[in-house]
Amino acid sequence: MDKLKRFAVDYVTYVVKGSPAFYAWIAFLCLFILCLLYGTYLHAADGLRYTGLTDQVHDGLYLANFVFLVGIAAGAVTIVFPAYVYRHKGLHAVAVLGEMLAISAVLMCILFIISHMGRPDRLWHMLPIIGIYNLPHSMLAWDTLVLIGYMLLNFVGGFYFLYMKYTGQPLNKKFYLPLIYVSIVWALSIHTVTAFLLNTMPSRPMWHHSMLPIRFILTAFAAGPSLIILIFLLVRTRTRLWIDNSAIDLLATIITYCLGLSLFLTLSEVVTELYANTEHALGLQYLMFGVHGFTDLVPWFWGSLAACVAAFTILLRPSWRSNYRLLAVACALAFSGIWVEKGMGLLIPGFIPTPIGEFTQYLPTTLEIFVTLGNWALGFLILTVLLKGAIGILLGDIAYAKSPQGKTTSDAAGISATPELM
Amino acid sequence: MEAPVEKPNSRRSFLKSAGSLSISSLLGTAALMTMSDDARANMEWAEWFQGNYRLMSEEEKALARARLERRYSREYGKKVVVDGTPAQEGVLMGYALNIKKCIGCRRCAKACVEENNQSRGKDQEIEWIRVLKMEKGEFSQEKMNQGYPEGLGIQVGGNAYTPVGDVLEGEHYYQPDAVPEKDAAYMPIACMQCEKPPCVKVCPVRTTYREADGPVVIDYNWCIGCRMCMSACPYWARRFNWSDPNLPKEAMNPVTHYLGNRPRMKGVVEKCTFCIQRSRQGRYPACVEVCPTGARKFGNLLDPNSEVSRIIARKNVFRLKAELNTFPKFFYFMD
Repeated sequence: MDKLKRFAVDYVTYVVKGSPAFYAWIAFLCLFILCLLYGTYLHAADGLRYTGLTDQVHDGLYLANFVFLVGIAAGAVTIVFPAYVYRHKGLHAVAVLGEMLAISAVLMCILFIISHMGRPDRLWHMLPIIGIYNLPHSMLAWDTLVLIGYMLLNFVGGFYFLYMKYTGQPLNKKFYLPLIYVSIVWALSIHTVTAFLLNTMPSRPMWHHSMLPIRFILTAFAAGPSLIILIFLLVRTRTRLWIDNSAIDLLATIITYCLGLSLFLTLSEVVTELYANTEHALGLQYLMFGVHGFTDLVPWFWGSLAACVAAFTILLRPSWRSNYRLLAVACALAFSGIWVEKGMGLLIPGFIPTPIGEFTQYLPTTLEIFVTLGNWALGFLILTVLLKGAIGILLGDIAYAKSPQGKTTSDAAGISATPELM
Repeated sequence: MEAPVEKPNSRRSFLKSAGSLSISSLLGTAALMTMSDDARANMEWAEWFQGNYRLMSEEEKALARARLERRYSREYGKKVVVDGTPAQEGVLMGYALNIKKCIGCRRCAKACVEENNQSRGKDQEIEWIRVLKMEKGEFSQEKMNQGYPEGLGIQVGGNAYTPVGDVLEGEHYYQPDAVPEKDAAYMPIACMQCEKPPCVKVCPVRTTYREADGPVVIDYNWCIGCRMCMSACPYWARRFNWSDPNLPKEAMNPVTHYLGNRPRMKGVVEKCTFCIQRSRQGRYPACVEVCPTGARKFGNLLDPNSEVSRIIARKNVFRLKAELNTFPKFFYFMD
């Protein structure tokens, strides 16, 4: 217990100390978090009237970011899976960073859901026992369940690993490995259920097809590792933690496959829908070309497609994707392309036209954009803190042996033991 | 921009005095027995803590309604009744609409707004009934050479690819000088009160549910505003309160039902309930009563002699989007 207390103290002390650049980054994020606070106040005081949402298009930027971030959370498994199932050395060394990303991404999902809800003060209605949980019928209830479960798995797994590394004790494999394997399967479930959330509604023909879950997983396994590679490249240059090339190369390969397959699925959808061109294809038609002169989403679709194709082209050539400058560009393109695809490209056109055939365009308001940026900023703040702590422990900067109490009580054998599973 | 209604002092003192009480009914009782200065805050808190209406005991339901009656009476400056009449046995409410008779006057939509305390005003208007105006398509000589696809004319000579006849994609913002307009047909829609409602299935907190006598209702106090039901509804029947509803005091209808037309709050979903506050008292819904052409019929589907039952037995009857297996209790028919 005493060790745990020291762990908390050491962790927090390490995390809050940093270079001027670190503080500047935190201050930059806090600017947007202030916007989030103001926006949240407005939402709480006056409802969602300051958003661009209507009874026709009643889910917008907030829900789109939620859907996207579930994918990022699931994407963290592209580190954990090769690390523990295929025993990939480069990734194994930094697998805990993936778990930290998963925790932050799920927290961001929760933040976006709170912004999205009309009555976040009544969130307790979803709590079991004191509230009602509409299982097994409601997909949203399932989604909440799998997301919270995934966060807990990653939290327990990640911080157990960090704590053992901190104290210098060996990991209890019987406890740790099952946790990891469950979390790998669980990662697939979170994005599958999020797809089910949308595609189980025949009222929205744009989403109502069985290809949506696999497309979600593929885009998640492209966008997730894209963000991870960008973070890894930053970590390599900004911290003393070296992440092996093999780790980055494997992730780049995963992105290549998943992005290629997801482009293929986009093509399949376009052909399937537009060949017959029934009324059920109006959403896609509106997205790609505009209908009745409504063309708000057209640039988003083609922009997203161009970004994804460009990213795929760079990634396809091994010589290009092993050039990390080009790789970073490809990752940024894939990440932003998929962000657009899931939001402006999937969620919004699902509501256009409405079930009675009405075309209503949706444009997020400034407030909505700032609340969205604020949620991202808060998420990145959490991510920065979690990554900094994890990197500090991986580097040995935070260690029980180094803390004043640790020096006197721990024996030499305990210090040298590292939590290796390989 | 208005600041939220807040009374920090009274809330704090309330928390101090009643902090140990956690059961909603006790909170309600305390609030009702001691109508002190803090009463309003107390009642709001008690309302916030109350459970799902369907799962409440009869006493809890009565308390919840009494609490609302006091709040509404104060807010709207008149005696407001919040009824809780439950579903009656042997009743299944059904609705039939003669689309041949509808002239598109939208008196039903207006009467519904007045009866059911919907929000008004330019940006906050909520109407549960929408009347779709569908123009008749036509074949014409001028289009003979347009062919299909348009501009290319591969299939030259055909011009029937434009909508001909009544199509569901209608216009519900029409502003005519007089109705009915020439060459237009009207199709009023509202909640279809499905027997297998997709909205009920997706609700994560079971705040919307089907009552035993048919209508799908919402406990506005339990709704978390996630809007899943709005996505799931194939009839676009549900509306969201994007802000606190704008309901003028003088226009407020004080005869309400807990699951029906009582005033709503911001951030919750609402929809047609077949005027549950009327229909459970043996009255017709407001839209049926106001319809000048008698296009709207309402009655008990379980009674073979009711008007709707007879219509279903004798007329050409259809339901909207029947292929979705939602089994609406709202039927369209023609003579």
